[in-house]
Amino acid sequence: MDLYQELILEHSKRPHHAGLREPFDAEVHHINPTCGDEVTLRVGVSGTGSDAVVTDVSYQAQGCSISVASSSVLAEEVIGHPVAEALGTVEAMRTMLTSRGQVSGDETVIGDGVAFAGVARYPARVKCALLGWTAFTDALARAGVDISPSSSTSPQGVSS
Amino acid sequence: MTDVLPFTDGELAAIRGDFPILARTVRDGRPLVYLDSGATSHKPAPVLDAERAFYEQHNAAVHRGAHQLAEEATDDFEAARATVASFIGAPADEVVFTKNATEALNLVAYAFSNAAPTDDPKDERFVLGPGDEILVTEMEHHANLVPWQEVARRTGATLRWVPVDHDGALELSGLDDLLTERTKVFAFTHVSNVLGTVNPVTRLAERAHAVGALVVVDACQSVPHLAVDVRTLGADFIAFSGHKLYGPMGVGVLWGRAELLEVMPPFLTGGSMIELVTMERSTYAPAPQKFEAGVPNAAQAVGLAAAVRWVEALGIERIHAHEAALVDLLQRGLAERPWVRVVGPTVGTARGGAVAFVVDGVHAHDVGQVLDDAGVAVRVGHHCAWPLHRALGAPATTRASFAVHSTAAEVEALLTALDRVPVIFGLDTERQAS
Repeated sequence: MDLYQELILEHSKRPHHAGLREPFDAEVHHINPTCGDEVTLRVGVSGTGSDAVVTDVSYQAQGCSISVASSSVLAEEVIGHPVAEALGTVEAMRTMLTSRGQVSGDETVIGDGVAFAGVARYPARVKCALLGWTAFTDALARAGVDISPSSSTSPQGVSS
Repeated sequence: MTDVLPFTDGELAAIRGDFPILARTVRDGRPLVYLDSGATSHKPAPVLDAERAFYEQHNAAVHRGAHQLAEEATDDFEAARATVASFIGAPADEVVFTKNATEALNLVAYAFSNAAPTDDPKDERFVLGPGDEILVTEMEHHANLVPWQEVARRTGATLRWVPVDHDGALELSGLDDLLTERTKVFAFTHVSNVLGTVNPVTRLAERAHAVGALVVVDACQSVPHLAVDVRTLGADFIAFSGHKLYGPMGVGVLWGRAELLEVMPPFLTGGSMIELVTMERSTYAPAPQKFEAGVPNAAQAVGLAAAVRWVEALGIERIHAHEAALVDLLQRGLAERPWVRVVGPTVGTARGGAVAFVVDGVHAHDVGQVLDDAGVAVRVGHHCAWPLHRALGAPATTRASFAVHSTAAEVEALLTALDRVPVIFGLDTERQAS
């Protein structure tokens, strides 16, 4: 079956950047009520405006291989990247996952995220794959970052 | 039920032939192996025909109008009530049609909090306040837990619960401390939708009645799978869904003792459930109409009655024996796989029609996906029993649940598909599951 790509299995068995770390600017806890998957995710941001950078994403994920691996890929793709770029990655990932298999994903934007292209053909699993990414966006907002797609990404009141 | 003959291959083929959906394929042409009847059962053709016939020949708003269709629709609806009532050993006027079992349980729960301070007279049995207690169990489906949490919140009563032991049975050693004269209602499931545990309803009801508590039983997983007779069960109320009993979606049943339905305040109010209405106040129709506000789900009730007749023609004892044999076969097959841990009663203990299990190291969602790839439909997750899963130490389980049309070959199909799980996820299948 095309769902369980080797990359996904690798990430789920050895999730990158896993665990909860200090320092962080915001922490969120997201659940998938249909299956009980949970993720606690922390985000660290430094700088403001167009200089804002994701300094760290740490997380504790409990769930299926898809949700754990997806959080692992998220951390890998956004840590050390400008916030604006990270939000673009989230959007690209979301677009691919909700495309019902019509969008295969651009490896230069979402990296190992392309391994999740097959998930889009299983609507029941899209939420699993999006869990960490949605939590990340929420954590950025709580850290004071404007996450609306059209506006600039300027963290407000972030102590770094 | 060893004296009950199992279905012959010919009978089973005929039974399967009654379910149009079993002829379809899934996931690139694979035969459908439907082992999710605990979530919702499929519908045999006579049920579909009955619902369609109601709409094609008698459709009208029941209990209204003086025209012929209204009379026929009302007769059909009330005949459906009699059929369903007879199936559980009840008089017709003790059966209330609801939207589903969840609404049936909410109906009772709301009756407790709807007994207002200004009501005079009011039946003390339905009055809850600070100092009163509501007892549930840790194995409840959310439908028989959340409504009671809400009643406790609204009334100031205290919610308590009976814990579950390691074998998935109720831990009854502390029941005397939990079930006291403060307990106004004891709500529990007849058969666990996850564990398959069959609870001793009659014994528990006796204990509850001894302290003056009312007994509400979630019978969703029992009525479709084993003979339930409310005359001997001991409960004061039972709730079950039509759609798990080969009936249509959109119809559930509340059964309650007539003397309790008579004094119980209504839940939903409006048309149909009234006796007399003035601008200031209203009086209510006798039960069951008092609890059926608005135009009822007559076509669905008629479909459910057809389902009951279809089940009665096969015999609920034979259905139970058939499913019990499949449960046993599956449990034995899973026991041969040390990487699988079955939750709930051990092989040989009486069970409902569901078997839930954990593959240690692989999330249930992933197990279910692998099975789905082979055309095997099971339920994964917490099955609307999240607290129970916490108690089991498993965030999610994979559940196979049977129906009368399930076969031994389908059990084999599940086991064969399951054997792909350790291959795909790189499990060491030699190690013993903890």
